[in-house]
Amino acid sequence: MIEPEPGTVIERRPRREKSQAPVRARKPRERRDRGGFASAVVGAVLEAWDELRVHRTRVLLSLIGVGVAVCSLTSVVGIGSIAQQSQIEQLERGSGRPATLVLSPPYNPVSGEQGDLAAFRAAVATAADRYSIGYWGSVSYGQTTVQFANGTDLVNAQTVDVDYGTMHRVQLGQGRWFTDLDEQRLAPAIIVSDAFYQRIGAPDLRTHPTATLVGERSVTAVMIGVLPSSPYDQSLQMYILNSAYAGIATPGALAQSVPQYEFWVPPALAAQLTDLVRRDISAALGDGWQVDVNRQDYLSWEGGGDPLGPIRSVLAGISVLILLLGALGLVNISLVTVRQRIREIGIRRSFGATAPRVFFAVMMESVVATVVAGAVGVLIAVFIVQNPFVRNLVASGLSDVPPFPVEAAIIGLASAALVGALAGLLPALVAVRVKVIDAIRY
Amino acid sequence: MTLLRLEAVTRSVELPDGERLDILKGVDLAVEVGDHVSIIGRSGSGKSTLLNLLGLLDTPTSGQILFDDEPLETLSGGRRDRKRGRDIGFIFQQFNLLGGRTALENVMTPLMYASGRQFWRRNSLAIEMLERVGLGHRMQSTPEKLSGGEQQRVAIARALVRGPRLILADEPTGALDIETGASVMALLDEVAEQSGAALITITHDANVAALARRHYRLDRGVLAPVDVNRALAISLPEASL
Repeated sequence: MIEPEPGTVIERRPRREKSQAPVRARKPRERRDRGGFASAVVGAVLEAWDELRVHRTRVLLSLIGVGVAVCSLTSVVGIGSIAQQSQIEQLERGSGRPATLVLSPPYNPVSGEQGDLAAFRAAVATAADRYSIGYWGSVSYGQTTVQFANGTDLVNAQTVDVDYGTMHRVQLGQGRWFTDLDEQRLAPAIIVSDAFYQRIGAPDLRTHPTATLVGERSVTAVMIGVLPSSPYDQSLQMYILNSAYAGIATPGALAQSVPQYEFWVPPALAAQLTDLVRRDISAALGDGWQVDVNRQDYLSWEGGGDPLGPIRSVLAGISVLILLLGALGLVNISLVTVRQRIREIGIRRSFGATAPRVFFAVMMESVVATVVAGAVGVLIAVFIVQNPFVRNLVASGLSDVPPFPVEAAIIGLASAALVGALAGLLPALVAVRVKVIDAIRY
Repeated sequence: MTLLRLEAVTRSVELPDGERLDILKGVDLAVEVGDHVSIIGRSGSGKSTLLNLLGLLDTPTSGQILFDDEPLETLSGGRRDRKRGRDIGFIFQQFNLLGGRTALENVMTPLMYASGRQFWRRNSLAIEMLERVGLGHRMQSTPEKLSGGEQQRVAIARALVRGPRLILADEPTGALDIETGASVMALLDEVAEQSGAALITITHDANVAALARRHYRLDRGVLAPVDVNRALAISLPEASL
């Protein structure tokens, strides 16, 4: 350390001759360092991070908009995914899960006469066995009279097999779905609608409550499950196993109840299996009989394309709008900030920061900041979407609760980085156009 | 050995009304390795423009600037920037330290644009340089907590940390009182001499200019040698220069 000289007048000190000075005549080429690219990249990232650290208050304030935008975007995508799953499950309850093939009873296309149902059932069973169909069964509809405390009433009965519950994602409000053991019950098991359940007095299912099915010979059925209550459906309904219904229904009711069979097959094989099953069953029934095999799940519906497409489009539109607003806010703040930092940029240029380096640093600063804000936004979105209250609000009673969609998190982070890059572009262009000396004297 | 040479350098700009303004008129200057040159001039005489040219921040309208006998017009913008970072150190009148950063971080700033050993060892190099200017105990202080003299010492450390071969000091004592200015100039002179760097001081203060080995006056764009010692001896104010 050299001590400052006293006095208010600068004294001219004797100077060394040039030859005495430790003259360095190293040429730049000789002093050139290696590994310039790595140090340039690391340097730019460190510089960007340093800027964020020093200006953290401003950065925090400017990034609130981006964080909120990314949180909204991710939440919308996440909630959209849950809503989509909810709608899918609703559709699958009605039409079956993809791919569900429906086999209608055989008929004679010339006379219109219906074919032998027993032979049809045998042919269906053979086909199911041949093609290793894991889930299949028949569905038919009928009516039965049930004794309630204030009299009898007609109840719509849907007769099904055990697999129907899985194939149609049947969801119960309480109790359980049928099992194979229920086939062996002497007193048939039934699953009833909430209206039925309330009408009969809402008994505790643990007490194995019964209902009397009135017919030529009355049968006592055991309620093992109740469908969820719905304000839009107050009808009296029940599910009963095909085997049990055959035992209690009158011949007339049985004759009116025409079964159709459903196969749940892999979607990729649906078209091929449709042809094979149709061919096999028609061959088994003999000449003159026609069997219709069609795919009925929601993915096969014609005309509408993807039924969830409109929802997706609306959600995507809202998300992009939110993100654009966030980006506009960030661009605005970034531009103002760069103008305030012109002197600093000029100083950096005077120390050898190249124009691309300044451009990259300003861009990186924006990208690093928005990615951090995006990560925070995504975390908040995960908390919102995973919150049970929100889930119940959006889609109560999901049977397959989807995990937080990874694509939502990826979209959120990628959007944050994109917004950061776009928002950093204009300020970065402004930064590289800075005239160094003017900026330093700014 | 000539480090920097200006040969018949002119710089002119076009005014909004289409008229041409000649800021520098045929400037010739040769700066040797380890040289100390002062350039004095009044406001508006073209000092800033000359500083831009000497610092490779601008290009002349005509004439030639050679650094290490290499004409600068052959260098691309990026190469000129890198050369500036590697070979030229700036010291400004208003110190121009980066706010919110400590003295250590300020001195490390030029090393962020270095590569290889200088980049990866930037912390230890900056500490070494701050100790050299007597600020080893103020490394973690931000500019707001440093006196004017200390800030200018940090600026000197920052200008020298990459081992430049040319130091451009633009009114280095302009924002300091006389006593502090004297000590800062003494330090700058000493450190530049020790490192063997050429020092060009641009100032309007004859006392500061007198410290240099060779003196020039810039007047209306014309650079000419001046006897600053004579001016000081007869106690003429700077206006007489």
